[in-house]
Amino acid sequence: MAIKVKLFAYFREGRGKIVPMDYTPGMTGQDVINTLGITAPEIAAIIVDGVDGKVDSMLTVPIKDGGYLAIFPPVAGG
Amino acid sequence: MFGYMGKILRINLTTGVIGTEDLDFELAKKYIGGRGLGTKLYMDEVDPQIDPFAAENKIIFINGPLTGTATPTGGRYMVVTKSPLTGCIASSNSGGKWGAYLKYAGYDAIIIEGKASLPVYINIEEEKVEILPALDIWGKYTSETSAALTEKHPAASVLTIGPSGEKLSQMAAIMNENDRAAGRSGVGAVMGSKNLKAITVSGSQKPEIANPEGLKAVTKECRGILKENGVTGGGLPTYGTAVLVNIINEHGVYPVNNFQEGGDPGAEAVSGETLTEEYLIKRNPCHHCPIGCGRWVKSEHSPDGVGGPEYETLWVFAGDLGINDMEIVIEANYWCNELGLDTISAGATLAAAMELYQRGYITDEQLDDDVILKFGNAESVIHWLKKLGNREGFGDMLARGSYRLCDFYGVPEYSMSVKKQDLPAYDPRGIQGMGLQYATSNRGGCHVRGYLISPEILGLPEKLDRFDLAGKEVWVKVFQDLTAVIDSLGLCLFTSFALGAQQYADMVNEVLGTEWSAEELLLAGERIWNLEKLFNLEAGISPEEDTLPPRFLEEEMPEGPTKGWVHKLDKLLPLYYKERGWDEDGIPTEERLEKLGLL
Ligand code: SF4
Repeated sequence: MAIKVKLFAYFREGRGKIVPMDYTPGMTGQDVINTLGITAPEIAAIIVDGVDGKVDSMLTVPIKDGGYLAIFPPVAGG
Repeated sequence: MFGYMGKILRINLTTGVIGTEDLDFELAKKYIGGRGLGTKLYMDEVDPQIDPFAAENKIIFINGPLTGTATPTGGRYMVVTKSPLTGCIASSNSGGKWGAYLKYAGYDAIIIEGKASLPVYINIEEEKVEILPALDIWGKYTSETSAALTEKHPAASVLTIGPSGEKLSQMAAIMNENDRAAGRSGVGAVMGSKNLKAITVSGSQKPEIANPEGLKAVTKECRGILKENGVTGGGLPTYGTAVLVNIINEHGVYPVNNFQEGGDPGAEAVSGETLTEEYLIKRNPCHHCPIGCGRWVKSEHSPDGVGGPEYETLWVFAGDLGINDMEIVIEANYWCNELGLDTISAGATLAAAMELYQRGYITDEQLDDDVILKFGNAESVIHWLKKLGNREGFGDMLARGSYRLCDFYGVPEYSMSVKKQDLPAYDPRGIQGMGLQYATSNRGGCHVRGYLISPEILGLPEKLDRFDLAGKEVWVKVFQDLTAVIDSLGLCLFTSFALGAQQYADMVNEVLGTEWSAEELLLAGERIWNLEKLFNLEAGISPEEDTLPPRFLEEEMPEGPTKGWVHKLDKLLPLYYKERGWDEDGIPTEERLEKLGLL
């Protein structure tokens, strides 16, 4: 199955809103961002299969088959 | 005197007497300015139990020491009075340029007292201060009023209320530059109760700076930090605050249908990305602001451009009403500005009314026309917003805000408010610190009295576990005290995404010639927070009101990444009171008040 990578704000530039990727067992967010050419320090928030946490640790969490990632650069407002 | 202009303008609308008074520099330094000093001046003169609409009530327009200086975002003013919505202290701030112009006219503050017998406006051109008839602009929308007064006073910045303020809606805002608002807590209605339609102000004075070279250096440093920062130099200038729609939605805390759900699969249609790609004409920054989150956007209704919606406005006229239509949001934002309405309370009241309709409390027969107030009914939004703003028919019920509306039907629990002020766009069930901050905010439901969204969702300055309770009371206290400082300095809270307490201390020290440390500044923030609390207690706001609507405490979030959660206020509140040095009932202790110089 495939996983879905949702990108936001300027991470979309040249990549699109949603990037489908083939699933490989054990794949992590780090594998995904390597493929997309995004580095960890550029990321402010990340959600893996509905769970958020500190970026560095979330990048090591295995993604589920058919799962998704949401990746955000620094954004704020209020 | 450095930083401040040293003069307060006092205008009595009953007698027509206009006078000036010297600013007490020591008092100003103790309470910084803006929100802090405004609250102190107000409390020294007004009985906290006063009816907000009584002629004896006062309303204060006040700058911070950095307003009108070259500091980044140094242009904000604060309106301080008693809120007709909450009964708490109201301090609402606004950007644009009016605050800076007041300083250039030579004043730190205006204290308005009494009530004019007929509608008036005030024109200030430095020493020339006049109370003028406003019969020809009474009843006019914000842009009509601004245009008419700009024709008479071309050099002036115009501050005005719209029809909602004239008609004493508890959610009426004060507008300046047409689309900048001191939006919350119904401050516009207090102006309306005094028959005061507008204040025009112009001048060419400048505050004296204690150390101009030092200020130049620290301003350059802070501007550099703001530019380099991913949020203040990237996200906010590019997308505006609307960029929050997607990130809040993805975390399952984007309120839908009056907070009955916490996510909306269609939210992309009203996101910051969509606003930027399809509607943005240009940025619309406030005075001296290098960030420029303000938007100027086009829509079918406004092809030549109009002030664009903020995140809260996008949410409240979209997800909270079960509709995802950017055209409607832009038009609703326009009408809120024209009518002089707080967008959050206006949209949230429509959402509460829709839930009352859903549950059968409001019936078709009660609505005096056939446009039904129902979640997802796009045609109802502008229709009922205009009726709310003009208090027409059932709109008169809506104009009182969601709490009074729901209370009328005997079900106040369907008002998503704290201390009667409607909550902004973050469901507290999935953001425990933010929920504590909502419950303890001195002005009721609010997102700018300490923005815990930063660490709990956005990862700024570091990512906290949004469900974990540990240490949240400490974060909430520090954020609340820091926002009191920034509001009192006259700067925009958005600078705090990049700057820290030390940079604020550096800026104000160069302006005032003080030698405050970051800790001393935060202590002043704590003093201001406690002062506001004392006002609320004396006004009869019991600590029992430090709570959240039952929905968040009892109903689990039904779906999404926050599924199954409620807010654990019962665990956090005692820790917060302790952290504040208050007793277990939430009353500041003598010991703490003494330490803060409040006894
Ligand atoms: S960041 Fe936005 S709200 Fe703040 S001063 Fe600048 S334009 Fe105004």
